[in-house]
Amino acid sequence: MFEVPSLSDLNIAATLPVMSLVLGTCILLLADLFVPQERKQLTAWLAVAGLGVSLALSLLSLGDVTRFGDGDEAFAGMFVADTFTDAVNVIALVTALLGVMVAYNYLERTGTQRGEYYVLLLFTTAGVMFMGAAGDLVVVFVALELLSIPLYILSGFRRPQEASEESAMKYFLLGAFASGFLVYGIALIYGATGTTGLHDIWIAVDDIVAGDATSQYLLLIGAGLMLVGLGFKVAAVPFHMWTPDVYQGAPTSVVAYMSVAAKVGGFAALLRVLAAGMPHFVLDAGAPAAWQDTVWLVAVLTMLLGNLVAIVQNDLKRLLAYSSIAHAGYVLLAVAAAGSAGLADESAQAVVIYMMAYAFTNVGAFSVVIAVEKDDASNTGVTSMRGLARSQPWLAAAMALFMLSLTGIPLTAGFVGKWFVFKAAISADLFFAVVVGAVTSLISAYYYLRIVWYMYFEEGDGEAVIPWPLAAAISIAAVGTLFLGVMPYLLTDMAREITLAFGG
Amino acid sequence: MENFFDLVPLVVLFPLIGLLINLFAGKQLGERGVSIVAVGASAMALLVSIVLWLAQVDTGFGAVVVDAPLLGTWIDIPSAGVEIGWQFRVDTLSVTMMLVVTGVGTLIHLYAVGYMHGDEGFPRFFVYMNLFLVFMLVLVSGNNFLMMFVGWEGVGLCSYLLIGFWFDKPGDEGWKNSDAARKAFIVNRIGDFGLILGVLLTFWTFGTLDYYVPDEEPIPYHHAEHEAEPLFTPDITGVDGAESHAVSGPMGVFNQAETWLTEGDHRVEFGTVSIKFEHMLTVITLLFLLGATGKSAQIPLFIWLPDAMAGPTPVSALIHAATMVTAGVYMMVRANVFYHASETTSFVVTMIGATTALVAGFIALGQWDIKRVLAYSTVSQLGFMVTAVGVGAYTAAMFHLVTHACFKALLFLGSGSVIHGLEHGHHHVAHGEHDHDDGFDPQDMRFMGGLRHKMPLTYWTYLVGTLALAGIIPFAGFWSKDEILVDSLKLGLDDGRLDGYLGFGMLLAAAAFTAFYMWRQVSMVFYGEPRHAAAEHAGESAPVMVWPLMGLAFLSAVIGLINVPSGFPVLGWLYGEHQFANWLEESVTYAHGGEFNWLLATIAVALALAAIYVARTIYNDRAITDLERDPLERLSPRLAQAFALSNAKLYWDEVYFAFVVHPYRRAAYTLAERVDWYWWHDFVHERVIYGTFNRVTRLLTDVLDLKIIDRAFLRSAEAVRVAASRIRRIQTGYVRTYALSVLFGALLVTIIILYPVLRDLLGI
Repeated sequence: MFEVPSLSDLNIAATLPVMSLVLGTCILLLADLFVPQERKQLTAWLAVAGLGVSLALSLLSLGDVTRFGDGDEAFAGMFVADTFTDAVNVIALVTALLGVMVAYNYLERTGTQRGEYYVLLLFTTAGVMFMGAAGDLVVVFVALELLSIPLYILSGFRRPQEASEESAMKYFLLGAFASGFLVYGIALIYGATGTTGLHDIWIAVDDIVAGDATSQYLLLIGAGLMLVGLGFKVAAVPFHMWTPDVYQGAPTSVVAYMSVAAKVGGFAALLRVLAAGMPHFVLDAGAPAAWQDTVWLVAVLTMLLGNLVAIVQNDLKRLLAYSSIAHAGYVLLAVAAAGSAGLADESAQAVVIYMMAYAFTNVGAFSVVIAVEKDDASNTGVTSMRGLARSQPWLAAAMALFMLSLTGIPLTAGFVGKWFVFKAAISADLFFAVVVGAVTSLISAYYYLRIVWYMYFEEGDGEAVIPWPLAAAISIAAVGTLFLGVMPYLLTDMAREITLAFGG
Repeated sequence: MENFFDLVPLVVLFPLIGLLINLFAGKQLGERGVSIVAVGASAMALLVSIVLWLAQVDTGFGAVVVDAPLLGTWIDIPSAGVEIGWQFRVDTLSVTMMLVVTGVGTLIHLYAVGYMHGDEGFPRFFVYMNLFLVFMLVLVSGNNFLMMFVGWEGVGLCSYLLIGFWFDKPGDEGWKNSDAARKAFIVNRIGDFGLILGVLLTFWTFGTLDYYVPDEEPIPYHHAEHEAEPLFTPDITGVDGAESHAVSGPMGVFNQAETWLTEGDHRVEFGTVSIKFEHMLTVITLLFLLGATGKSAQIPLFIWLPDAMAGPTPVSALIHAATMVTAGVYMMVRANVFYHASETTSFVVTMIGATTALVAGFIALGQWDIKRVLAYSTVSQLGFMVTAVGVGAYTAAMFHLVTHACFKALLFLGSGSVIHGLEHGHHHVAHGEHDHDDGFDPQDMRFMGGLRHKMPLTYWTYLVGTLALAGIIPFAGFWSKDEILVDSLKLGLDDGRLDGYLGFGMLLAAAAFTAFYMWRQVSMVFYGEPRHAAAEHAGESAPVMVWPLMGLAFLSAVIGLINVPSGFPVLGWLYGEHQFANWLEESVTYAHGGEFNWLLATIAVALALAAIYVARTIYNDRAITDLERDPLERLSPRLAQAFALSNAKLYWDEVYFAFVVHPYRRAAYTLAERVDWYWWHDFVHERVIYGTFNRVTRLLTDVLDLKIIDRAFLRSAEAVRVAASRIRRIQTGYVRTYALSVLFGALLVTIIILYPVLRDLLGI
């Protein structure tokens, strides 16, 4: 039954973008040993180089300039290298680049300039990319761990600060707990279908739908538990409780990166498993996939809770944590839409567009927090934004732009993202969820604009430290936010090529 | 050399690059850098023009249409069938204009380097000058009326900017300059309005604005007319009538017009109204003529040009003498097919041109400002060209355009040199004695005199320009002016056309005036003794200013030889007869060479010499003793009256003020104060709209919004807050709580996802 595939059958070339990153990271790990402590910035530059190479390869592949390897599959179908993979790669790498830029000086001034930071960050990125490329549940799990474990360490990177260590501990314990559910889900799905390959599952689902009830239960519970495991990663309610504590305790540069990266990975895997693997899992003929209701209910809960609780937050990092929970809800809406027949591709496109917009905007917002944060991790209250418009007009303008984008005001990237997510959800007839999404967006304006209010209409010192790499990151994020908002076709033209579904 | 035609976009590009460099780096480059860039840009454009000319000669004068690179189609509305391209046309006419514009332009740029030395706005000046070249070259090199219009408006803009260049001079002078700029712009607006209407009608009539589409040959005009008008026989060999040149496929406006005229009976439809094509052409050409009267300063719109002398002298020379003001003439020559077809318009054109020539010549007699004399002289000479167009002498019109560009630029630059010299002299004097202010004006000829010895080079070159303008053989002006006179007289003699006789008569008188006022000027400026300390201390201008003068003087002396009329002894044999006409015929359908008429030439030269003699007698070396009274006034009361009339510019401005400007202002005031402010603003806006709106909004805000909606909203917002702080309490910070929540969530998810199956199972 098992044939040993030949090397050429493995089609390793197709994995070039992520493999180059993994390889680069390994080299970086070694090279870092030889970089003296006072010159750890060199490591950062090397990390940028590694990310840059991988990004260039991903862009080449995404822009259809060259396709690496032949065919979409590598490693006997365990690795999928299609346009969706490329898009996830680009988002992950852009986020990682911005993550390195914002960390560059932050680590130094908080006395945590250690080369491992960049190595861990790059490994996480590789994990995100593998999740986007997963063609097998085993790969999903392994990639999830590759994504998670460096993040646990990074959260505690500000050792020996207690808050940081506590957040790492919490994140690790709960993450391990959630991973258990994920593995259990994988086991159940294997039990139902007899395979862990997503393409095989896709084929097997049709038999299960027509077949006995036991397999249906197993598959249902398996899908549910995978939703739990991945929902934890993307901070969906009710698996979100770690989020505010971890975001508040972890170094802000880590949060800026992981608030986007973990979500990108989680949603990519969720789409791979649910939208690509079991779109035909239909219990009544003509109905949407069996998992759709659950997903949109979780989405509604997430949007409601995230936005409501964010209102009463007085710490910027906690506020943005709840905001990121809320945004997970919007993306879940698009994932839910993928359960309706023929909407898998459109939903995947909406998710990609949303995540790209979110990447620029959210990293930008956290970068501004980094700028105002003091060396001892204090001054992250909402009131620290007071008077920023007067002392740092450009920084305040950028922050205002990010806040507007997070709210989803037109001419910002956030609007474009929401537009496509809601559009997909409406195509899937999820009207109630869309109404909740719209109303909660309205509510979110309250706490986002409160920050703008503090910056522009209240007196205060508005002190901020903006070294050039941070300024560059904020500029890139702001330009990205604005450009994608003013010229959405830049993104939508790219996203239109994305396909996810198997077969046809 | 066919490929060389593709260079034509460069002719526009070089000045464009020059202006961009000076615009963005002018301050850093300094005067030297700015001059090199600006003059270099102009010289490069000249080089390209020369290459184009050589290419034309080499390829037998073929006309070529070149698409502008990168720009693509300009206006393209497929549904309406509108397609207008950015296309350049290289033919003999456009190359002639390019050579004039870039050739004279380069010399004037060079001169301006010296003239503008030390001016604060040095870079700005050259930015404008290069911008002018850009637009002027677009105007002459475009292949459709709309590109011409773009250039037309662009040069108008540059003219405005450069007339008002010194708008920031202290006191009244700055105002005077900016007023002059505004006057020029507004008056031109009237003409431009006519032109754009003409262009729109052209488009309506022909469905295109292209002169000729690519690869289309102009239809030479046909045989029947050859016999009817033997005088106008062109030197086209191998013409067997229009039939052999029948064009198929899409046609440009001119060939289309020619075809319809030959076929006859074409009508242009305006909805339910239809108009004979011939009448349509008359309307179009009259509208074009209105445009030309604005741009080329003809009656009734010429009044802006004398005021335009407020600009720096190089501007007067380049824009208001040599190039821009001839755009109207170029445009009419370009549209010669239209003008030739409409006898009515031709009559009007002749009358306007000849009257302008005469009236402006008369006014020039009584001016004291050195540049004003030249300004009116320019108006008068433009009248000659327009008359030439009217009598169908398109070659003569272009020929006079070329020669006039040379000698009038020369005269203006010479006058600039004089003014410069006087200003230096005055500076020198004022430096010696403080508080020296006697109403001295460096442009007033009464303060000059005797400059012949102070500025010998300026004097000699000025003399050449004067003789050329006065039409003394063999200087350039003689040949071109003579051709216009001959052609207009022949139109009268051969065709019995009244406008030919009238034009001839008026032009002859105008030519006599020309010689008189020019010699009056030379006498007052260069002869006699210095009448002011400033003139006493004047000195020759810098070499960079004198060299262009010499170049232009050379051109003014010899350029007439490019078009020696047929029948002129020796020279015709030496230089070939009407070379310029042969060259122009390739692109101007109705161009023809001039003939030489001994009698007429003798009369004209004799008249000019007589006028010079009379001028010399009246304005002799000791004639000017009184600054308030001109020597002419002292001769007889009649002449004094005439002089007063001339000096007051025939009260033309005053008449316009009384009959146009004043009523216009009254109307504007009434509209603004009474209608707009008292009625529209105070009553309609304030009382009716604003008042009503206020009452309604007060109702809405106080009652509906505050009492009902706001309260509801505040309640719900409060509810949200309360809910939020309740949920917040779950966030305890304990990992066990969180883990429990995950477990709880997992249970929830499992139950929800199993719900449909469970429901079936339990039979709910």
